Amino acid sequence: MSTNAEHPELLPYGKIREDLFRPLSGLSQKYAAAIFIPLLVILFGAYAWTVQLRVGMGVTGLQRPVFWGFYIVDFVFWIGISHAGTLISAILRLTDAGWRKPITRAAEAITLFALMIGGMFPIIHLGRAWRFYWLIPYPNMRLLWPNFRSPLLWDLTAILTYVTGSAIYLYLPLIPDMAQLAEHSVPWRRKLYRALSIGWTGSDTEWHALERAMKLMAGIILAVAISVHTVVAWDFAMAIAPMWHSTIFGPYFVVGAIFSGLAGLMIVMAAIRKFMGLEQYLTRHHFDNLAKLLLLMSILWLYFTLAEHLTVWYGNDPGEMAVFGARTRARFSFLFWLMFAVNFVIPFILLGIRKLRSITTGVIASFGILLGMFLERYIIVVPTLSVTRLPAATSAFYTPSWVELAITAATFAAMIFLYLIFSKLFPIIAVWEFKPHPHEDEA
Amino acid sequence: MAHRWGMAIDLDRCTGCEACVAACHAENNIPIGNPEQAAIGRTNHWIRVDRYYEGEFPDVKLKYMPVLCQQCDEAPCEPVCPTLATYHNPEGLNVQVYNRCVGTFYCANNCPYTVRYFNWFDPVWPEPMQLQHNPDVAVRMAGVMEKCTFCIQRIKRGKDESAADGQPLADGDIQPACVQSCPAEAMVFGDLNDPESKVSRLAESSRAKRLLEELGTKPKVFYLERGR
Repeated sequence: MSTNAEHPELLPYGKIREDLFRPLSGLSQKYAAAIFIPLLVILFGAYAWTVQLRVGMGVTGLQRPVFWGFYIVDFVFWIGISHAGTLISAILRLTDAGWRKPITRAAEAITLFALMIGGMFPIIHLGRAWRFYWLIPYPNMRLLWPNFRSPLLWDLTAILTYVTGSAIYLYLPLIPDMAQLAEHSVPWRRKLYRALSIGWTGSDTEWHALERAMKLMAGIILAVAISVHTVVAWDFAMAIAPMWHSTIFGPYFVVGAIFSGLAGLMIVMAAIRKFMGLEQYLTRHHFDNLAKLLLLMSILWLYFTLAEHLTVWYGNDPGEMAVFGARTRARFSFLFWLMFAVNFVIPFILLGIRKLRSITTGVIASFGILLGMFLERYIIVVPTLSVTRLPAATSAFYTPSWVELAITAATFAAMIFLYLIFSKLFPIIAVWEFKPHPHEDEA
Repeated sequence: MAHRWGMAIDLDRCTGCEACVAACHAENNIPIGNPEQAAIGRTNHWIRVDRYYEGEFPDVKLKYMPVLCQQCDEAPCEPVCPTLATYHNPEGLNVQVYNRCVGTFYCANNCPYTVRYFNWFDPVWPEPMQLQHNPDVAVRMAGVMEKCTFCIQRIKRGKDESAADGQPLADGDIQPACVQSCPAEAMVFGDLNDPESKVSRLAESSRAKRLLEELGTKPKVFYLERGR
């Protein structure tokens, strides 16, 4: 039994099927409550947005010279979270790591939902959001193409590619499970699963085609993921603003994205494990591996943060030093050092010391990292804009308004909401991955 | 020969009276802010008079610097706009097309002079100031970016009138509102492509320097430094 507890692969397949398909049926009161509260938060966020659309961007805390604030922070944060799915799933699939099996789908779903949420912000932060489609390259009534030199256009293109790619990447491994569920007893579910199974019969040719498609998509999505967050970083790095115009921003953002994404994944996994009773599938072994990855990313993040700040400090350029000072010594120093503590010091202690490393400490460290990475983006966006090159142009200080806070809260609620719906419609762990391979028996 | 509009501002002459600011508001239909919004940095002045203090109280020197869009030849605001709302026109002006602007704020973030202003709300004027709107200038709605245009409507009118009269455009025929209203005559506007124009000659002066020139933005506003 002890081996079974560590290795879900060794459980009998019939039991795995039953365990993982069971959560799809029935609606408990707990579930209803769990989905209702985030829904309220989302509705309030939506109301806040309607206020902003009707009255104008003045309802935010933005002002000259801080034209980008919480919305851009939210944007970078959620695009960052989306990197959990791709990294875990694509890298582990390409390297054929066995321990990925119960994790991949949960991770891929995070990617898709985080992208859906993050992708909203380039629209939400527009002064005239109803004109967002003017950024899309299509022959429009104004006979104008958008400006292909603008990083925002690269951004839009990259994110649309990434959403499409990750939707396909989530869907492909779902097909065999859909076929297994095609005989479901509830009529509407039967219809849904049958339609999504697109006539899967499980023949050898189909398995091979699926295998090839998944390998291919894993490769593609990995490249897309890295390029997406590089382009997000270039929204800043292409500008001539001090401490944005940095060559390492591309990889720095990719590392930060994977770091926060893994933390998000750790929390989601712990929640699934606890609330869906999947202790036998998501074991200490998985969390231990995730914790080690998280530790690695924490150290990498420290390396990049150090490289970025040390070079600026040593170079001593007045324009950059003004921002550096605001970050580390003046107005933003509390946030800066808090970020340093929760992104490095705490994870390093909790995850680095083997005796302390557990599911609980992993989750604690992960919550800290989510906060820390949110702060990191805030510290990148706001101080640079606050400290203008002409000293007299600096005016008031930016603080987010209730509208920005409500919309930010709604994004977290939306993640919970979408995830709850997803876990009710689809098995959160890919069931077919545990199916004994027919050819293995013959061999 | 195409025009290349430029400006020279003599800091020795500027008294900081802000007549240019008032004139600009009237000429360009710039909304009037209220104290609450002004307190959080939401005023729109296409030209503003920056103040720098030198020395310790009571021996303080106050120095003024009118700052408007520098009409950069290598404008950092231009390439970043996804909808081409800001672009370089053939006369070297940095033009803002309000109807194309969707409000990404990127141009304003990338402007080292912080001279781009945003319409946080739909514009309002206290009664009866809405009656004195300039019909030559569009009123901007909430959600779009705006900035100094070098009074492009006056440039257009000047060229039209000279074409109608059959007279070539003389130096000083076109004056933006700020230049026209400056009681100290600290501001000079003209064609930098005409070597004989006043602004060209002032730009050649040893006192002439440009703001944040080291960024390579190639501004077309020249500041004449103070004497000792």
